[in-house]
Amino acid sequence: MTGILFLIPIAIGLGLLGLVGFFWSLKSGQFDDMDGAALRILIDDDGPGDD
Amino acid sequence: MNAPAPRASLTALPETSFSVPGMRCAGCISKLETSLPMASGIAAARVNFTAKRVSISHLPETTIPEIQRAIAKLGFESQPIADNLVAPTGEDSRELLKAMAVSGFAMMNIMLLSVSVWSGAEGGTRDLFHWISALIALPTIAYSGRPFFRSAWAALRHGRTNMDVPISIGVTLATALSLFETFTGGAHAYFDGAVMLLFFLLTGRWLDSVMRDRARDGVTALLKNRAAGALVITTDGSSEWLASDKLKTDMVMLVAAGERLAADGEIVKGASRFDLSLLTGESAPAAMAIGDTVHAGTLNLDGPVEVRITAAGATTALADIARLMEDAAQSKSRYVRVADRAARYYAPAVHTLALSSFVGWMLMGAGWHQSLLIAVAVLIITCPCALGLAVPAAQIVAAGVLMKKGILVKDGSALERLAEVDRALFDKTGTLTMGQPEPVNLGELSAEQKSVALALARASRHPLSQGLRRALEREGVKAVALDHLEEIPGEGVKALWGLQEVRLGRTDAGEAGASLGVSLDVGDASATVLRFEDAMRPAAEATIEQLAKLGIESSIASGDRAEAVAPVARALGLTAQTGMQPQDKLDTIARLASGGQKVLMIGDGLNDGPALAAGYASLAPASASDAGQNAADAVFLGDSLAPVAQAVEVARATQRIVRQNFALAIGYNVIAVPLAIMGLVTPLIAALAMSGSSLIVVGNAIRLKAITK
Repeated sequence: MTGILFLIPIAIGLGLLGLVGFFWSLKSGQFDDMDGAALRILIDDDGPGDD
Repeated sequence: MNAPAPRASLTALPETSFSVPGMRCAGCISKLETSLPMASGIAAARVNFTAKRVSISHLPETTIPEIQRAIAKLGFESQPIADNLVAPTGEDSRELLKAMAVSGFAMMNIMLLSVSVWSGAEGGTRDLFHWISALIALPTIAYSGRPFFRSAWAALRHGRTNMDVPISIGVTLATALSLFETFTGGAHAYFDGAVMLLFFLLTGRWLDSVMRDRARDGVTALLKNRAAGALVITTDGSSEWLASDKLKTDMVMLVAAGERLAADGEIVKGASRFDLSLLTGESAPAAMAIGDTVHAGTLNLDGPVEVRITAAGATTALADIARLMEDAAQSKSRYVRVADRAARYYAPAVHTLALSSFVGWMLMGAGWHQSLLIAVAVLIITCPCALGLAVPAAQIVAAGVLMKKGILVKDGSALERLAEVDRALFDKTGTLTMGQPEPVNLGELSAEQKSVALALARASRHPLSQGLRRALEREGVKAVALDHLEEIPGEGVKALWGLQEVRLGRTDAGEAGASLGVSLDVGDASATVLRFEDAMRPAAEATIEQLAKLGIESSIASGDRAEAVAPVARALGLTAQTGMQPQDKLDTIARLASGGQKVLMIGDGLNDGPALAAGYASLAPASASDAGQNAADAVFLGDSLAPVAQAVEVARATQRIVRQNFALAIGYNVIAVPLAIMGLVTPLIAALAMSGSSLIVVGNAIRLKAITK
């Protein structure tokens, strides 16, 4: 029974961590350009002007 | 991650956004972002692929045309976007997404605790779990419930009611009662139900808002005349590019062939013909010389002219049209969305039901605690969870389907209004017709002449050359190689083809009525005159037929002269009104509307702007003026007119699904409400019923994809 007293805060804390992570990613603009993000992975970044 | 986004380190540099509709692949992103900063005056470029937009931070002295040229060198067309259009996009969606994330997080945590309670936790454990649920739920409801509380309060203050009123009352009462239960160690707490309700409803709101943003981005990418400017000749004889809001009266602007005027003025040097079609709907170009007045929004066809500005910005002839448009748009804002119309009946019904079950149980001697518990269960069960999802879920699926067909619908309300129209009013120039000159006698040219013509036409940005180039490229003509290519403004293009001189240029022969002519000379042989006319849009006839099948009668309302409208009207079998001013079009719509008809206005020009704003629903082609696109409910891409009928069909299919969803939601209430009134609904049953009905409604909405294929 005392286990619950630790487990519940831990569970909620982990969930909160995810929520904070989501807010951070939203704020840093990671959801602004969903299609672009999917395409940027295909760009080689060996330095500018290599194409 | 690969290819980290370059960020401008100097935030002090001015930043300008350009819409670049031509970017289609990863290569385009890297090309724009790596090559643009190498151009002089540009510090950094950042692409937003979803919005088809690139923001460029540049030195203050770099002008917009210079940047456009730099982008053009990479092979992309671009248009500057005015600041006021960029800012608001996505703000609402972001707020809703945050609220949705918070309520989703809280819902899952509370549900976890509730499952333990449902499966038999008792005594201290149950109380502890209720307390934790309350600690999670209270801040969540305060944060995520704001959009609903705010809207409900605004409605109540104005003596109206909307969907948000029963939602706010239900959530608030359920929370208050659950708090009381928690304090007194009671068995039933509805925190899970209240938060789940918010989560589902926020999902619906967010979908609605995402749909609006997507369409707005799409339309912004098409805007072209806005943020225009002009090359102004300064006192020392040099020239300088000024944005249209910086233009002042008595400045002299240099307008090249193929450019649109940014302000009203008087020609002080040169002579040319002007395409007035966007402003007045007239398809025949008007010849103007020194002393004549020309208006903003018209297109200079032939040669360069110098224009002394007599009116700029808010004082131009365009501003009158803008004022008309503002007034006309008010009628549209009076439209009440389907969900809110349902709420007018729904909200009072729900509240009466809850109140009467409270009173009923009290009379039967159940005690106020139990009676209140049952009343809250009724409120929670009847809360329009499925209703709140029913409309946006169907509409976002429909918007996705329409977008694939090349139709950008601006919001859900537009879709609802599109479904109800029963009368169509078409503009002629640019709407039923292409609004661009197309050569009509290409058949008279030999294959050799065609190849020469294409090579010459490609060298010029003159509207007739562009039309000729498009037509020849469609035929698959290959251009010949030319030497000494030279464009003489106002005269045409000439070059050497081997040893022969070839020329594509103005002619005075062969022009009649609305048709324009161009002469093509190859060597010493006699010149061939190419005639140009404004061609009908593809599928125009089929579209009118399809509309008739849908029970929508069509007619033409044009600003053009009767002689120019007659052939089009005859070909399509439509009645037509001609020579109409913007005010006349408004009056026509008002007359039809007072006869109980719901008018679908389809138009493109600046002169159609007020009518587009006033129509019950309105559509504009992507080639339309900015004012037209801004005023219309939906914009369709491509040359064909077919999307007009498709838009109405999909809108009607959507409305059917919405009605089915309403029926499902009501059917669920018919079963669940008696149970709630009898006091059989526990928090567990409420949670199951709510998520079950929501899933069914969303599933039914997704069916729309298959129906409208």
